[in-house]
Amino acid sequence: MLARILNTLLMLAVAVSITGVINRTRAVLAGRKGLRFFQHLFDAKVLLGKGAVYSPTTGILFRLAPCVCLASSLAAFLFIPVADLDPLLSFDGDVVMVAYLLALSRVSLILAALDTGSSFEGMGASREALYGALIEPAIMLSMATLAMLSGYTSLADIFSTARSLDVNLTIVVLLAAYVFLKIMFVEAGRVPVDDPRTHLELTMIHEVMCLDYSGIDLAMIQIAGWLKTAVFAMIAADAVAAAVCFDWLLAAPLAVVVAGLSVGITESMRARNKLSRNSTYILTVTAMSALIFLVGYLLLQNIEIV
Amino acid sequence: MLYHITRNTASAVALKDIPTVDYIDLYNDLAERMRDERYHPAHYFAAQTAEGLRFFLLLLDDRESTVMISSFVPDYYSEEGMPSLTAVHPSFHVFEREMHELYGIRFNGHPWCKPLRFPWDRRDKNSTMDSYPFYKMSGSSLHEVNVGPIHAGIIEPGAFRFICNGEQVLHLEIALGYQHRGVEREMTRTQNSLRRALLGESVAGDTAVAHATAYADLVEKLSGGHVGENLVRERGVALELERIAMHIADTGALSMDIGFQLFQVACEALRTMTINTTQAWCGNRFGKGLIRPFGSFHPLTADKAAMIRSNIADIRRRYNEVRLDMKESPSLLARFEQCGVVPREEMLRIGGVGTAARASGLLRDLRSTHPFGVYTDMICHDSIVKRHGDVMARLMMRCREVLQSADYIESLLSGYEPAAAVPEPRYDVPLAADALSFSLVEGWRGEICHVALTDARGSIVKYKIKDPSLHNWLALALAVRGEGISDFPICNKSFNLSYCGHDL
Repeated sequence: MLARILNTLLMLAVAVSITGVINRTRAVLAGRKGLRFFQHLFDAKVLLGKGAVYSPTTGILFRLAPCVCLASSLAAFLFIPVADLDPLLSFDGDVVMVAYLLALSRVSLILAALDTGSSFEGMGASREALYGALIEPAIMLSMATLAMLSGYTSLADIFSTARSLDVNLTIVVLLAAYVFLKIMFVEAGRVPVDDPRTHLELTMIHEVMCLDYSGIDLAMIQIAGWLKTAVFAMIAADAVAAAVCFDWLLAAPLAVVVAGLSVGITESMRARNKLSRNSTYILTVTAMSALIFLVGYLLLQNIEIV
Repeated sequence: MLYHITRNTASAVALKDIPTVDYIDLYNDLAERMRDERYHPAHYFAAQTAEGLRFFLLLLDDRESTVMISSFVPDYYSEEGMPSLTAVHPSFHVFEREMHELYGIRFNGHPWCKPLRFPWDRRDKNSTMDSYPFYKMSGSSLHEVNVGPIHAGIIEPGAFRFICNGEQVLHLEIALGYQHRGVEREMTRTQNSLRRALLGESVAGDTAVAHATAYADLVEKLSGGHVGENLVRERGVALELERIAMHIADTGALSMDIGFQLFQVACEALRTMTINTTQAWCGNRFGKGLIRPFGSFHPLTADKAAMIRSNIADIRRRYNEVRLDMKESPSLLARFEQCGVVPREEMLRIGGVGTAARASGLLRDLRSTHPFGVYTDMICHDSIVKRHGDVMARLMMRCREVLQSADYIESLLSGYEPAAAVPEPRYDVPLAADALSFSLVEGWRGEICHVALTDARGSIVKYKIKDPSLHNWLALALAVRGEGISDFPICNKSFNLSYCGHDL
């Protein structure tokens, strides 16, 4: 039980730290002093203390969405182990559960955006739905790669037992970790796919769907975003931990540093994609995960034959 | 003789010297003459005079560096209306729409005589913004996106209506007028020249120096006065400083819109350095208060000249590094190249001016075609022209012009020893009576034209201002056709047009 509590606390620490590391990295690269490390938590606290304003054109979907979004992200979050620690929730086949809990949070926001009847939010919802559909195979294939190599279908089991792999398989797992990092970029809506800092409604994807939210609802959506980012960052770090054999003490900081630095550096050093090229970008990630799955499968077959 | 021919450097023209011709003759001549791209209209407006509503046309001849002025007095109450020039040469559309809106003039065959600034037209004052005649398209797969007039950012108001097929923009319609402050009327309501100078530099906040120069130049021409060489040099330096500051700011803003933080912060720092240099010179970062008729309160001393030279040399060196890095950044090139293309023919047809026209390969640059101030003798200006007309071309125009302007400032100030003291400004100089005076200044955005008419007592009774934005807003609408709607912000930023300069 203690391990489960430790796991949850570590995950929470990862979730709130990644945004801080991103902001700090960007500030350093821009030659600025930057925000306080936990400024986003203070902002969220302010928002949580406020009521919400609703447009008269919106209905029940719009009001439910933040709760559904946060609840499903939180549920998925509780399935994620930190290296060999046990997560709070776990059962056989929970890799599929996690993927579709995150999909549920996405769907709730898409429906809410359509519910507002705003042309901006409609465009954002259409983009989000397209990219969601394109990234889903990548998530499933990468999860399948990990499940196949370890022989388990629960995240807790995959990472607590997948040790002492053949060197070929180690490389496959590391590549899967890389794909999870890419998936994190897409799911978290960071450059080059989306730009969370932009003020230009016409170019937004995730942000534009939240334009009509305020106060506590906005805070819930933001927190759901942190949790979602942490889920993928942690799975990537877990895969690395499983491949090169180290435990939770290193896996948690690894998730924060790798996710924070990679996002921060990317956002400083390159432009975001032209929107029409995002599909190609995401399909490349999906193709990569399919390739990794196939290579893993072939290697596994060889090993069993010998 | 259809035209009175003069130059940008000549003094004011007596109203009696401007031929009053028959509109049909002028129309026929222009319909033929405007086929040659060396001509483009600088201004075309109507004014109430003793003989009735008199129309004035200022046509620029780029090859001969002349300004051709003509006028006509049509029968206002004639039911026939006048044939529209816009139908033949669309570059006249803004002028005809404005006259239609202000005086109810009918231009027969005008393709789309919708209001320029106000949501109503003269014939139907019940029409309001709610019934604004937006362009319509029908189709089950089309949708409309309306942006503005209130925007999320700290920018001026303006309504943009997109008709889209999915992500692709089929048509963009821009409705402006929300910033209308009645600047032209205010210019004639006061005969206080200081107040008018203040108004002049407030026409468009980002073009304070260029508009103030245009006003000062106009008044100096009206009074027949001559300004000293030092003053001309100072104005040249101020104008180029403004150009550098705005071009660098736009470079940074374009980088921001594609989420490229490094270039954005680099340009923001350089822009601050530039406007702080202006502030160290005259006390205002945008050069307000610097340009006054006949003189200046902020003469350029040897110390200040040295300060400007060293700052500009530093800015030039650092900006050049940014420029070279930009040209080698694949993600930036992928966004800017082939995006928002305005072909040369389109730019020519709609009468585009300034940096945007030059980026499309159309040489419209008053500094070389109609020289004024320092460009007449101290600087031989060689215009930079690009070919592609895309966002990248407009960005590279800016980059090259910054370097060029820095070189101009260096050449204007190197070895400069202020010999004679610059006089103080004068606001009480009597103006020529019954005259038309105009000034043409190439600001950072493009061609600025101020025109004034005086009455028998020498007071200004009509003042017309043209900011380059008036022509170029249509170029923006053409640039986004066929582009993804998410690329509108960078197209918009690559033009960086003024709302208040258009709305006046």
